[in-house]
Amino acid sequence: MKNININFMGKRKLAMNFSALLIVVSIASLFIQGLNLGLDFSGGSLIEVGYQQSVETEGVRNTLSKAGYDEAIVTHFGSAKAVLIKVAPREGLSNADLSSDILRALRIADSSVDMRRVEFVGPQVGEELREDGGMAMLFAIIGILIYVALRFEYRFALGSVAALLHDVIITLGVFSVLQLDFDLTVLAAILAVIGYSLNDTIVVFDRIRENFRRVRNGSSEEVINQSLNQTLSRTLMTSITTMMVLVALFFLGGALIHGFASALIVGVVVGTYSSIYVASALVLAMGVSKADLMPVEKEGADIDDMP
Amino acid sequence: MNRYPIWKYLVIAIVILVGLVYATPNLFGKDPVLHISVSARMDAIDVNAQAQAETALKANNLSYKSIVPSKRSLTIRFRNVEDQIKAYDIVRQAMGSSYVVAQNLAPATPNWLRGIGALPMYLGLDLSGGVHLLMEVDMEAAIATRMEQYVGDLRTTMRQEKIRGARVSREGPILKIDFRDQLSRDQAYEIVADQFRDLDLRSRDEGGYKLEVSFTEVARREEMRQALQQNITTLRKRVNELGVREPVIQQQGDRRIVVQVPGVQDPAQVKEILSATATLEFRLANETGDVQAATQGRVPVGARLYYERNGTPILLNRRVMLTGDSITDAKSGIDSQSGGSSVTISLDGKGGRKFSRATRDVVGRLLAVIYIEKKKITHIRDGKEVKETQLIEEVINVARIREQLGSRFQITGLDSSREARNLALLLRAGALRAPIEIIEERTIGPSLGQDNIDQGFNSVLIGLIFVLAFMAFWYKAFGMIANFALAVNLVLLVAVLSLFQATLTLPGIAGIVLTVGMAVDANVLIFERIREELGIGNSPQASISAGYDKALSTIADANITTLLAALVLYGLGTGPIKGFATTLSIGIITSMFTAIMVTRAVVNLTYGRQSRIKKLSI
Repeated sequence: MKNININFMGKRKLAMNFSALLIVVSIASLFIQGLNLGLDFSGGSLIEVGYQQSVETEGVRNTLSKAGYDEAIVTHFGSAKAVLIKVAPREGLSNADLSSDILRALRIADSSVDMRRVEFVGPQVGEELREDGGMAMLFAIIGILIYVALRFEYRFALGSVAALLHDVIITLGVFSVLQLDFDLTVLAAILAVIGYSLNDTIVVFDRIRENFRRVRNGSSEEVINQSLNQTLSRTLMTSITTMMVLVALFFLGGALIHGFASALIVGVVVGTYSSIYVASALVLAMGVSKADLMPVEKEGADIDDMP
Repeated sequence: MNRYPIWKYLVIAIVILVGLVYATPNLFGKDPVLHISVSARMDAIDVNAQAQAETALKANNLSYKSIVPSKRSLTIRFRNVEDQIKAYDIVRQAMGSSYVVAQNLAPATPNWLRGIGALPMYLGLDLSGGVHLLMEVDMEAAIATRMEQYVGDLRTTMRQEKIRGARVSREGPILKIDFRDQLSRDQAYEIVADQFRDLDLRSRDEGGYKLEVSFTEVARREEMRQALQQNITTLRKRVNELGVREPVIQQQGDRRIVVQVPGVQDPAQVKEILSATATLEFRLANETGDVQAATQGRVPVGARLYYERNGTPILLNRRVMLTGDSITDAKSGIDSQSGGSSVTISLDGKGGRKFSRATRDVVGRLLAVIYIEKKKITHIRDGKEVKETQLIEEVINVARIREQLGSRFQITGLDSSREARNLALLLRAGALRAPIEIIEERTIGPSLGQDNIDQGFNSVLIGLIFVLAFMAFWYKAFGMIANFALAVNLVLLVAVLSLFQATLTLPGIAGIVLTVGMAVDANVLIFERIREELGIGNSPQASISAGYDKALSTIADANITTLLAALVLYGLGTGPIKGFATTLSIGIITSMFTAIMVTRAVVNLTYGRQSRIKKLSI
């Protein structure tokens, strides 16, 4: 792959427009229909039950309706043998009793019903989890901003943070547009996307810095293009291996981990693209040049790069 | 240039060896066990308990693997689940009611491994199955209850100090005292301030002369701390009574308690037992009053209207003869006369004397046992959630006192044997100081837990096979070296998780899968560099050396930033997120070791001693 020479930066206008479009759509969707918040953040009760044979959700809904739970949302979960029931809090019944009551009703109709999962999140806890999640994302981004600013230069820091905001917004946007369930594991996945996207960006930046110092002539655009081409095979290799395990996780990891795997798959694709087009293009747009990177070297940060 | 000093090889070899040893316990399965523990009221197991259990098993020709005693429990391991199930009934009968017998699964780690502290990974509730509850202590109720006690104290003080016409009442956490005139109010202020250091006083002059009494900030905090501590103690006793292994009961924040009970078969019972505030009261019946009139609102002085379980109204004395606090032991059983469920109660010395004295003069009268339970219930009103505490007071038993009662007696009239068992358990473990409410619950059934393990394991395996095949295809010999490092990485990751007994959760497994995908990144960086160096015409040996050196700072930068994100996740995350952050952070660290040090060692061993290599298989 060493002879590949793609003029990445030449197409940066096109890429910028494409990214801008995706971000606008994502933000618009987040504002208009928002995220389909899962139980962790919205609060409520959820019961997953397993049957010996495949069941129709209609039958389960009838049983629940007879027991007085008309408003219960009944869906299959992962397979036709597993059923997920969501219920809102109920007048005159404590939340702890709610699940026991529903289970009792289902067991009267079919004694083989197996309790697989019960989750209840109080409204207050849901709100706290939302806040903590937001804080986690904020702290991660600030920490990374500081590290990259210290290690590289402020323009690189801005470039990398812009790239990861780009990734996070688009991943959130995909979850909003498709109205996928957004729960704690998806949040964890998004934070992992931050780590991954950054990892990719840093590798590219490292090479850009190295080439700025090494290559005597050539414009900033040429140096960045060269760096991107040099790191391209690595970028693709790592994306491929990561994608392989994510696909395995998506298909084999079970329904509980679906959201997590989907978020990472989207994040890895977007992250790979953004480290090339968003991060590097921004650094170029902010006018990084050879002179900017020289003082860093005097601090002795990169002894390996000396001949 | 591509040689490591011998000590480096040694260090790497030792790390891998130690990793292998500590990862081994995960290969052994689990033994079905019976866990016999003593009831909360006893300090240690009886010396004969082990012999007792052994005799019972031998008498029924049941073989077992081992029987291990500890201070408060006995663990019997079985070869298969059938034996365990058979033994469960036998042992439960043989041990009697002072012991709690529970069926469980325990890791079948060989003794020599356990001796060096090597244990299998600690599985989170989403993998092992179990109940996770986050409970909030109702501090307002706790404070109000304590204030209620001050009502009596303050009345007595006013009487003793001859302050006439002082009326004490409580409004939530605040007491109000009304006075006839300013003088008696000011007088009372001095006295109360002097005698009750925990109370904060405020004079109010609107609509009469008043004193507002509340806890001082220090006292309030102390009350809250104590209420929380006492609730934790009671919850611990209750969980222990259930006989489960390794429960977690922890304080979280200043008014919350986390309870995790792994591997329970009946989560409903756990919830029932933990959040119940059930207690008993004993009152004499008022047999002279008119019950019919009372149901229409004309309750005689000194009496209160109650209802029996079948709905029959009954008048009882306001004065309580005995409360659940004096109970030292309670056992459920069958009443020999009626055949119904019963609970036999033992009282402590003081309670026994008091009860004995109180029943001496009332032989022939009716005694009522009242079951009291506080329940937190959520109502929806105007689209908003309103929480209310509902008090359930039921007369479960009314019986004529035939003789003076002592410190041991039986109550009957319970609905089922399950109710009798639960009531006995609650009476043994003691009451909660303040009502608690479950604000978060995550219960995973045993079947889903096993499914999660299987699916997690499969996805790690398949993901790993893909990556191994791809690396071997793309980087040939060097790819195989990277694959070896990846395998070592997995072993080390499992070893570290086992050694620190970090909790492995389903997102944690996802973290491992992700680590597998990302761990090869460092090797990809190195190998691409080596290819580049070869491409510009450097010798193979020089290329290897330069490849490793030049890739190093990039690898460090990339991994440190990911590690930063993982640490933030760990610090701020809860349950599932923490599990993911744990495996991800450990994975990043182990992968840096294996991808840099281990591969280099293998490369050096393979190529370092050959003075002339024409071509690298990369």
